[in-house]
Amino acid sequence: MIKFLVKGLLRDKSRSQMPIIVVAIGVMLTVFIHAYINGFMGDTIELNARFSHGHLKVMTKGYADNMSQTPNDLALLDSDSLLSSLQREYPTVAWVTRIQFGGLVDAPDSTGETRAQGPAMGMGIDFLSPASSEVERLNIPKSLVRGRLIQNAGEALISNLFAEKLGVLPGDVVTLIGSTMNGSMSMYNFTIVGTIAFGAEALDRGALIVDIEDARYALDMQNAAGEVLGFLEGGFYSDDDAIAIAQRFNALHADSSSEYAPVMKSLSQQGNMGSYVSLLNTWTGIISSIFVLAMALVLWNAGLLGSLRRYGEFGVRLAMGEEKGHVYRTLIYESVVIGVIGTAIGTAIGLFFALLLQVYGIDISGMMEGAAMMMPTVIKARITPADYYLGLIPGLVSTVVGSMLAGVGIYRRQTAKLFKELEA
Amino acid sequence: MNLIDVKNLTKRFPMGKGEFTALKNINITIGKGEFVGLIGPSGSGKTTLLNILGSLDVPSDGEAIVLGNSIGALSAKQSAMLRKESLGFIFQSYNLLQVHTVYENVEFPLLLLKLPAAERKMMVMEALAWVGLTDKAKSKPPQLSGGECQRVAIARAMVKRPSLVLADEPTANLDAANSHNILKTMEALNRDLNTTFVFATHDEKVIGYLRRKIFLLDGRIDKDEVVEHS
Ligand SMILES: Nc1ncnc2c1ncn2[C@@H]1O[C@H](COP(=O)(O)OP(=O)(O)O)[C@@H](O)[C@H]1O
Ligand SMILES: [Mg+2]
Repeated sequence: MIKFLVKGLLRDKSRSQMPIIVVAIGVMLTVFIHAYINGFMGDTIELNARFSHGHLKVMTKGYADNMSQTPNDLALLDSDSLLSSLQREYPTVAWVTRIQFGGLVDAPDSTGETRAQGPAMGMGIDFLSPASSEVERLNIPKSLVRGRLIQNAGEALISNLFAEKLGVLPGDVVTLIGSTMNGSMSMYNFTIVGTIAFGAEALDRGALIVDIEDARYALDMQNAAGEVLGFLEGGFYSDDDAIAIAQRFNALHADSSSEYAPVMKSLSQQGNMGSYVSLLNTWTGIISSIFVLAMALVLWNAGLLGSLRRYGEFGVRLAMGEEKGHVYRTLIYESVVIGVIGTAIGTAIGLFFALLLQVYGIDISGMMEGAAMMMPTVIKARITPADYYLGLIPGLVSTVVGSMLAGVGIYRRQTAKLFKELEA
Repeated sequence: MNLIDVKNLTKRFPMGKGEFTALKNINITIGKGEFVGLIGPSGSGKTTLLNILGSLDVPSDGEAIVLGNSIGALSAKQSAMLRKESLGFIFQSYNLLQVHTVYENVEFPLLLLKLPAAERKMMVMEALAWVGLTDKAKSKPPQLSGGECQRVAIARAMVKRPSLVLADEPTANLDAANSHNILKTMEALNRDLNTTFVFATHDEKVIGYLRRKIFLLDGRIDKDEVVEHS
């Protein structure tokens, strides 16, 4: 009997091959789209985290209130001891100090007169201490277009786009015109040693990267820093974890009303990132569920139609004396086999394409020109554990439920009526 | 004991708000080895009666006793058992399983009976010999002519040697030559195996072979006559 059913299944392509292909395609799309959305949404968050917000950020209360202006006159004053206490209290989080600053970069000609000027978005990071992970975090080696990395004090990297606009090359000296922590004007010379392209339009317009000690000299911020950034273990942002840590830290400093008292904010608590994070989460959820649902409907329908088409066959089998329950069960077993095979194939293909997109990515920099938001210009998928089983919902569950519903007809209709449909 | 005992059988179908009475107070007995036909115009209730005799449907009133089983009183399991063990069906449109070979189609009723493979093989080959299709065992229905398909259906109905075969308009899709061919085959099986055949038909060719004619008109028995010939 089993042999008989298997033969029927294998020979009737509309019963085996077709539904497996349909299920596999549906599952493949589901898995791929889910990984793609996760990748795009997650990448956007991580990019913003690495370059400006951290998963967590400690600032003074005054600085936090005007964060978008990076008011270094309200910087953390004893940043080194704050850093070591954070490292002690929250050892699973990677903490780093940074100074973000604005200023004007002035490129002089051979006589020392201004040849070109442009507004810079400066970032002082821990470039030179041997234990620092900042160079990797900002993906600087891979972003280097010309020249080399910073090796000594007084050296700077500049975004390639900005360098072209100013007409400077590695080896040239530029002057940063900014303001000190105390509000007076400062001028500081840097030797450009390399140019970089991060692949994020908002960064590539005017980035100037220097070692944090140089930034402290240039801005007169000895032992101070605008921000201490924290990065969660595992490298991916978790809103719940970040908010919990920030709450714990802030509880200790709640009683101080000083503008200079430290405050910790999760990425989602900074500027408009919160609405972005929740937007991303909502949309990831909505798009994924719409897709899973749509695919479920399609496959459910396919299961339903595939079974309805076979009422004639069921009628014959019942007339021969096969029991209704047996006909029904074989129908369900068949759909389980189809669902499992289709889901396995679809998940494998979906993961394969997702992996390709995770490793290679698609360059969309052309579409991102002038984007104010920091968004990745290379779209990458991100495969999460859910992708391994998500396909089961449309692939197996819907196919089987579709067949179950269709199969109810075997019970509900009178056997004689199953024939009527056959003897058109 | 009679093979079939129909007593005061009435069959009503729900229709719109009311009911439609397809069979009205039918009484028939059919004995073992009969070659009998239900004859009547389209809509006279032939198929309805045949379906009840085949336990594919149940009476609304009265009784239909087939091989000692009261059709209306059987559970789904019991009626499946009756069909599996004792009844064979032949349909107007053959109703063969299209992706299975002739051999597999004929073997199917024996699979349901869980007979051992060697015995199945013997019985299938014998049934194919009855209908003259031994050389088509490996063919599939789409490769066969209508006459050949109906002969496969006869082999499938006969392979388990049922006591009763119910044939609903078996010649309706066949030309004259094929009609006579399958009727002769069934006549021979009736004679050799003493299988009872009940037909539903309005085809003159079929009527010519019958040894008893039960005429139906508007759900009632109009005439019931036994043919006296050789
Ligand atoms: N399932 C059903 N529901 C309603 N009416 C039916 C059903 N089956 C048959 N009938 C009606 O019963 C009458 C007899 O049908 P049937 O037995 O198929 O006639 P025949 O086989 O003699 O042509 C017809 O009028 C038909 O429309
Ligand atoms: Mg009919």
